[in-house]
Amino acid sequence: MTAAEPRTLPGWARYVAPIVVGVIGFALWMLYTSVLGAAPRMLPDPVSILQELVARWDIIWADMMVTGTNALVGLLVGSAIAIVLAALAAAARPFDGMTAPLVAALAVVPIVAITPVLNTMFGASSQFGRQAVAGLAAFIPVFVNVLRGLRQTRAVHRDVFRASGATPDQTFRLLTFPTALPYLTTGLRLASSLAVISALVAEYFGGPAEGIGTAIATYAKSGRADLAWAYVAGGILIGLAFFLVASLLERLASRRTSA
Amino acid sequence: MTSALPAAVKATGVDKVFTGSRGEVVALTGVDLEVAAGEFVSLIGPSGCGKSTLLRLIADLETTSAGHLEIFGKSASQARQDQDYGIAFQQAGLLPWRTVRDNIGLPLQLRGQDRRRRADRVSELTALVGLEEFVDHYPDQLSGGMQQRVAIARALASEPRLLLMDEPFGALDEMTREYLQSELTRIAAETKAAVVFVTHSIPEAVFLSDRVVVMSPRPGRITDVVTVGLDGQRDEALRESPAYFERVTAVREALHGTQVDRPNER
Repeated sequence: MTAAEPRTLPGWARYVAPIVVGVIGFALWMLYTSVLGAAPRMLPDPVSILQELVARWDIIWADMMVTGTNALVGLLVGSAIAIVLAALAAAARPFDGMTAPLVAALAVVPIVAITPVLNTMFGASSQFGRQAVAGLAAFIPVFVNVLRGLRQTRAVHRDVFRASGATPDQTFRLLTFPTALPYLTTGLRLASSLAVISALVAEYFGGPAEGIGTAIATYAKSGRADLAWAYVAGGILIGLAFFLVASLLERLASRRTSA
Repeated sequence: MTSALPAAVKATGVDKVFTGSRGEVVALTGVDLEVAAGEFVSLIGPSGCGKSTLLRLIADLETTSAGHLEIFGKSASQARQDQDYGIAFQQAGLLPWRTVRDNIGLPLQLRGQDRRRRADRVSELTALVGLEEFVDHYPDQLSGGMQQRVAIARALASEPRLLLMDEPFGALDEMTREYLQSELTRIAAETKAAVVFVTHSIPEAVFLSDRVVVMSPRPGRITDVVTVGLDGQRDEALRESPAYFERVTAVREALHGTQVDRPNER
């Protein structure tokens, strides 16, 4: 550990550093819960949580699928609507004027707060309320980013297309859309995390008795700390999966955007 | 130099007025210009003289406010849709997500030409501009001079008989610039295309052109036309020759003699 090299870490350190942080965190957690025995009753040690996660994987997986599906349906439908509306707003000034205040209003609504209303509207046995909440949460970042992306075409590129006699359809397919693509994937990355969080938190406000959020609430109330935390881990896995896929898409789309 | 072919560009009494928030700006007034097929003509003048505007009018990227403009006997709009001209700008304007090959082939793709014929034409063009080894590279992997060569190849893709160039070497260093000037005279001779070339460099205009059109601002108009008349090979020896310096002086005098107020005196 010589001090000198400023800021840039050697290659191996980039992988080792987070592992070291993880190991230290794990050790401190174990120390607090098992060795000192000072932790509150609802905070079990990480080994018990892991054991519970493995032992109950069947039911946790089933609930992960419910919450994950709700988030995915919300993400896809919300994003699709956002893309269509953003395309219309980019194409027509008056439409942009109409949607801008609506989107601003939607952006400041605490979306999960309307879940009880949606649950009552669509019935307590329907997942639709949760999917709608995830969709609304995903809509905003996709709409905002796609609209911005559709306006990023450079003047010199537009001139090249016009000078080559490109039709409006060709200009959209070969210029406007590829230019907007990295913005779309950035919006999707932001939306994917929001959709998972919204779908999960929406479960705290009633609806069907399935899903990660419902299970966490149930087991926390009945004092089964290990299982409640194992479900939290399941929720983390869903969020991680969404984030990784969306980040990969973003990286693929923004490989060539300079020059 | 009359020929049976219609002129590449024929402008008669062309005006261009821009209407902005601060009223009307007369960018060009009473422009008469004829560029013969295969002729190399430069437009030169200080900022605001309307040389780029004139080029954009020829390209139908702007529309005339008054007067008559014909490209090979057609309207500018028709010529644009028929890809009768190729165009290159100061910025190369390559699509960063496309390879050199796909950037050069873009005008052909827009025309609906199939992949195989496109590939044949692209390999001809990369040979013409000397970029055979770089067809699979992306623009951000190329130097500025190489990007500009790709842009020129793209402009030539649909075998236009007219090449429009708006300060294409303006952002390059002097070495690259002189090299590409020689390349351009060779390419223009090989393709037999007429060229309208906008520049603010007197030596560049003289080196490249058959005729240099001198323009003046406020309002933008043509004040003089200098026939260069340096026949034969455009090579490095030409840059040293007395005839070349004499034409450079002639263009400089034409520029300054008619210029009422110089833009850098403000």
